[in-house]
Amino acid sequence: MAKIERTATVSRGINKTIIYVVCIGLALLSILPFWVMFVNATRSTAEIQSGLSLIPSTHLKTNWDVLTSKSFDPLKGFLNSFIISATSTVCAVYFSSLTAYGLVVYNWKWRQTFFTFILCVMMIPAQASAIGFYQFMYQLHWTNSFLPLILPAIAAPAIVFFMRQYLLATLSLEIVEAARIDGSGEFATFNKIIIPIMMPAVATQAIFAFVASWNNLFMPLILLTDKSKYTLPVMVSLLRGDIYKTEFGSIYMGLALTALPLFVIYFLLSRYIIAGVALGGVKE
Amino acid sequence: MRRKGVNYSKYGYIFSIPFIIAFLIFSLYPTLYTAFIGFTDMKGVIPKQVHILDNPFGNFKDLILNNVSFKQSLVNTFVLWIANFIPQIGLALLLTAWFTNKRLNIKGQGAFKVLLYMPNIITASTIAVLFSTLFAYPMGPVNSLFHALGWSDAPIQFLQDKNTARGIVSFIQFWMWYGNTMIILIAGVMGINPALFEAAAIDGASGTQTFFRVTLPSLRTILLYSLVTSMIGGLQMFDIPQLFITPAGGPDNATLTTSVFIYGQAFKGAYMYNKAAAASMIMFLIAAVLSALLFYLMRDRGEAKLRKQLKLQQKAAKAAAKGV
Repeated sequence: MAKIERTATVSRGINKTIIYVVCIGLALLSILPFWVMFVNATRSTAEIQSGLSLIPSTHLKTNWDVLTSKSFDPLKGFLNSFIISATSTVCAVYFSSLTAYGLVVYNWKWRQTFFTFILCVMMIPAQASAIGFYQFMYQLHWTNSFLPLILPAIAAPAIVFFMRQYLLATLSLEIVEAARIDGSGEFATFNKIIIPIMMPAVATQAIFAFVASWNNLFMPLILLTDKSKYTLPVMVSLLRGDIYKTEFGSIYMGLALTALPLFVIYFLLSRYIIAGVALGGVKE
Repeated sequence: MRRKGVNYSKYGYIFSIPFIIAFLIFSLYPTLYTAFIGFTDMKGVIPKQVHILDNPFGNFKDLILNNVSFKQSLVNTFVLWIANFIPQIGLALLLTAWFTNKRLNIKGQGAFKVLLYMPNIITASTIAVLFSTLFAYPMGPVNSLFHALGWSDAPIQFLQDKNTARGIVSFIQFWMWYGNTMIILIAGVMGINPALFEAAAIDGASGTQTFFRVTLPSLRTILLYSLVTSMIGGLQMFDIPQLFITPAGGPDNATLTTSVFIYGQAFKGAYMYNKAAAASMIMFLIAAVLSALLFYLMRDRGEAKLRKQLKLQQKAAKAAAKGV
């Protein structure tokens, strides 16, 4: 009996070793491409051409100079991306919370119909209406404006859905009643009492809305033609063009710069992000 | 008690107005407009009078019957999606089985989750250009690595071969998404009633048996959810195929996806807005069918769950009756 148990333990030990090896291998696979990117951002093109290295070199400054001497302006791109992502995130979470609150607290005739409708349009891909959207914005002279990248965020069905689930689970209507008795208007109640209550959900959705907007390529690519308006993902496509053909050091530099803000956000907030992803799956 | 007389229901409408207005302007109207353009002769950079075609369905018919690139793009989208989804769900399931197995008690799960999920959050266009630079010819990091390991004698032109290009694009998609799928599946396992696992353990089920007989059947709906959302996401695959190989589309259009096709038709060359709009509508219809499928499956799930619970209750009642 003891012998059987021992062999079981030994085989489990071997299994565990295999599992750790696979997991560490996958973790390395996640890190390595980015590691090479950051390291190569500090190496000269000649060094990069001569072979692979995982140790940083000393050409950071040169690569930066070459990168910015051509049409690539990372600070401008960062600023553009930030303006668009920050404002669209505020629009998305604020108005989605408002809509969700309207759906949960008030009993109105079309409430159920409206909610079903939100469920129906949740999955519609943005690309499906892109041509009409572009033509419409062109007629309004809104191409090369940030507005068409920000304002559509006001109608974010998936966030409304999430916020509604959150409110149903956490909000007791007595709080709303109490605020009414104290003479608070409905809108003031929402801004001063409900938004603070919803903060955990707002924060989670804000992270994802921000990252989604920051990473968006398709819409900015069709709407923005003026180089000074480019967002970072559109700028990245410049790195593929002829201007940097052989300047590998500065290409890696440009890539590293576009990815850096996300690495910072990710490592500061990874706990909340992972929890948010898990929530997204079980929300059904 | 007079307060009860106040009718607050109008605020339900008021609070929904911003959403509805934004939706009508930025979503519904552009969708209808796209559908309309699909029936017209709108093309060219310079706007001119637009006419509905004599044969309204001409663009659609032409795309489906005659356009080789469009047909190729549908096939490519499907091939690239399948080639990333099967390994993705396989690996995610394997990792889920390992991480949720209490007997194995894998350490450092938090760190593994953070690292395996990481590629998903980084800008896809950055990743696309990064990989195309890593696979550069004649001297890129991957070529250096292959040379150093003795796997190749001469530099390989990875991006010139149809299947290699497709393989790398699928790999990038797989690499970006398996962590996401794994976290969703692990959350799904956490949601399974622990009593089921205890019962399996008491009955002497092995780890493998528990996984295939208890975990996997309970995850069925979450797997379906992953499948359908991944299909709709895969339909829109754009950033990676657009930027990974220039010109977009790759060798012999091997990595031309439907979204890349739409972008190319509308914003390059002849500016065929009408063809692009018709292609968008076809994509929209496919997505709508898939969404409806998801809806149907999820609805079924609620009922099935209810039936299961009723059965369990009946069983428990029977057992209790027996015990007495």
